[in-house]
Amino acid sequence: MNFAIELQDIDKRFGAVHANDHVNLQVETGSIHGIVGENGAGKSTLMSILYGFYQADSGSIKIFGNEYQFTDSHEAIAAGIGMVHQHFMLVDNFTVLENVILGAEGGQLLAEGLQAARQSLKELEEKYGLDVDLDATVDSLSVGLQQRVEILKALYKGAKILILDEPTGVLTPQETDELFKIFAALKAQGVTIILITHKLREIMAVTDTVSVMRRGAMVAHLETPMTSESQLAEHMVGRKVLFNVNKEQVEAGDVLLSVKHLNWTDSQGVPRLKRINFDIRAGEVLGVAGVSGNGQSELLEVLSGITPIQEGSIQIKGQTFSPKEQANPAKMRTMGMAHVPEDRHKQGMVMEFRAAETAILGYHTDDELSNGPWLKPALGRERCADLMQAFDVRPDDVELKSANFSGGNQQKLILAREMEHNPDVLLIGQPTRGVDVGAIEFIHQKILAMRDAGKAVLLVSVELEEILSLSDRIMVLCDGEITGQMDAAKADERTLGMLMANAQQAHDPLQSIASGEGQS
Amino acid sequence: MSEVTTLNDMWMTILLTLDATIRLSTPLVLAAMAGLFSERSGVVDIGLEGKMLAACFASASVAHFTGSPWLALLVAVFISLCLALVHGFATITHKGDQIVSGVALNILVSGLTIILGLTWFRQGGQTPSLSGDGRFFSIDLPGAELMQNVPLIGSLYKELLSGHNILVYAAFALVPVVWWVLFHTRFGLRLRAVGENPKAVDTAGISVNGLRYRAVMIGGVLCGIAGTYIAIAHNAQFTRDMTAGAGYIALAALIFGKWRPVTVLMACLLFGFLQAFAMRIEGVQLPVVGVIPVQIIEAVPYLLTVILLAGFIGKAIPPKAIGKPYVKER
Repeated sequence: MNFAIELQDIDKRFGAVHANDHVNLQVETGSIHGIVGENGAGKSTLMSILYGFYQADSGSIKIFGNEYQFTDSHEAIAAGIGMVHQHFMLVDNFTVLENVILGAEGGQLLAEGLQAARQSLKELEEKYGLDVDLDATVDSLSVGLQQRVEILKALYKGAKILILDEPTGVLTPQETDELFKIFAALKAQGVTIILITHKLREIMAVTDTVSVMRRGAMVAHLETPMTSESQLAEHMVGRKVLFNVNKEQVEAGDVLLSVKHLNWTDSQGVPRLKRINFDIRAGEVLGVAGVSGNGQSELLEVLSGITPIQEGSIQIKGQTFSPKEQANPAKMRTMGMAHVPEDRHKQGMVMEFRAAETAILGYHTDDELSNGPWLKPALGRERCADLMQAFDVRPDDVELKSANFSGGNQQKLILAREMEHNPDVLLIGQPTRGVDVGAIEFIHQKILAMRDAGKAVLLVSVELEEILSLSDRIMVLCDGEITGQMDAAKADERTLGMLMANAQQAHDPLQSIASGEGQS
Repeated sequence: MSEVTTLNDMWMTILLTLDATIRLSTPLVLAAMAGLFSERSGVVDIGLEGKMLAACFASASVAHFTGSPWLALLVAVFISLCLALVHGFATITHKGDQIVSGVALNILVSGLTIILGLTWFRQGGQTPSLSGDGRFFSIDLPGAELMQNVPLIGSLYKELLSGHNILVYAAFALVPVVWWVLFHTRFGLRLRAVGENPKAVDTAGISVNGLRYRAVMIGGVLCGIAGTYIAIAHNAQFTRDMTAGAGYIALAALIFGKWRPVTVLMACLLFGFLQAFAMRIEGVQLPVVGVIPVQIIEAVPYLLTVILLAGFIGKAIPPKAIGKPYVKER
């Protein structure tokens, strides 16, 4: 058999962390190979070693049958490996052309190199269907197009093996489809593709073979047609995982949160929220779908009282907040609102704090936790221990620094803090971002438990599957506008994807329902 | 007749002020170009002042002992380069805070030059006055004498363009060279990239540290030339803290010129003009306003920069990765 990549016994430690534990991997030339695993399973480390970004402590790398010892990325590039990173490695104020030739300029002077590159890039664009304007600056391009630039960059440098790290995380479903078409074109031309992702559905859709990593080790190599999502998930977590959330019908009650005509413009004068209107009732999850950066963050910040209201009003349990009657997070909290922020590191917790301190943030002025200006640390620790038990936070050490918990456990601690305070309205942003599969299941159950207990939940997520499985109603934000609202039962990924891109597809029944409601 | 004389006097006053502008702008241009390389690569260079001051002292001392301005220049450049490497070692290799390292350099040099001056020359921290060959002398451009009788252009050529020393011409010739290097060479492309997104450079297989060291070293060389100019071309000896904030004004010009060579040159000329203007009107009774305190005019470059930073005149967007040490993340 003809292998593009053969990794043997790759071992890598970062201090106490065993990032790669004697990993073996073989990838056939011209195939699409998926690598799945939870966060911290060692996928990215392995690929960084393959790309020469890190050096393995031991083990061997063979590319197309030749053995290599990469000491930097340059050598890996020369061996025919190209990498598209999760966070694009592009210089924003450079043109596409300049970005592509960076590191492969073809001489001391730019003029000739640019000319030659333009020619061969035109050819590459045609060959693989990768259209993008070479003279546009990168910051003027959409995320999908920026990704194409990354792919072009790799191909231009002669990549025969393309590694893509979580390539679909930032794309709309339509952009994802486009990307997969490009994969097909690349494969047809004999390019070997390695796809790193945590989205099992994508693995099933495009790969030929798949490897599963768990805690630094390779635990399975499978032929994609011979496996299933649930089997992969089982390998990833090491036990059976429930995929379908069981959602019981709950009759929605009174309106708990009502938002009217909300407009919000940022300091650059760009409108971020436009005419936002919606209600959430007791016992209801309202899912907010959208490509990230389309107003979700601003919506959460205005609703939670972090940013002042500029126009419009927010009504919570009969109390109205408006530009004249501003809210603030503390006031919102006393009104029975809780907020799990999108970015837990920046807004949800203080990384340097001990768990016991993170666990009471925002609630530290509660009577049972403080006495005037004095905190009662012993009670804080007790509260934290209770929360850790209720939400199965591991390790259950109240003295551990918050930064030292895994993403999933940090998130559980924050959720515990907000949920156990028994709020009436719960705002949740990206509840499972950077959280492993096992914890996702747990978090989803907790969110539904809130709903079943008659709370109003606003769920903001870029994961469509999450929105679809948890929400009772779904609202789509695109460019700060509500482009559609619908019952979750009537929604599917295609429709939502179209609304997320705000594509004006005529005569689509769902579309017309959606826009009809959205414009109210 | 008297009207013609006053007109002529005014013309000469303007010319002399502009001439002084060129002389005062020269160290600013050199230092700002030094800062431009460093900051475009992502390394803040608040130590321009210190490097220039060290070069002032070195060049004045060497010129005093050897009488050779060229040797003085060479040593000054070497000293300034060494200081630049110290800054690089602290901030690039060891990821130290760039501001702290730069300020430390400035304080170190400010004290060290005085101490060394006191022990070596015993003239209260100064170096002895240079006479004769130890300095860079003005060069008369060909035909300056012949041209001087041509109205306007003649005096412009003779007073303004001719009669500067070689370092002045070098400084101004440097600007288009910097522009060309920055925008038309491979090094320039990589330099601009590393100041914006070092990870993009690293993943392209180019050494981030290597690029930054090169940029910082170029900065060192240029500061060395700037210091030499101040001590043994513009003046004839080293005096305590003789750079008098030129490094900071150059930094202000760098921001004011938005890190682009030609606009930075314009900013340097503007700030140089303000200094020349301040010298010219010092103590002069002006109609209506009376005597303007020199300090007010000297503060204008800083005021302008603050106003610019506050967003009133366009917008100064610094290189994105500036001030951040590059650490490969896990």
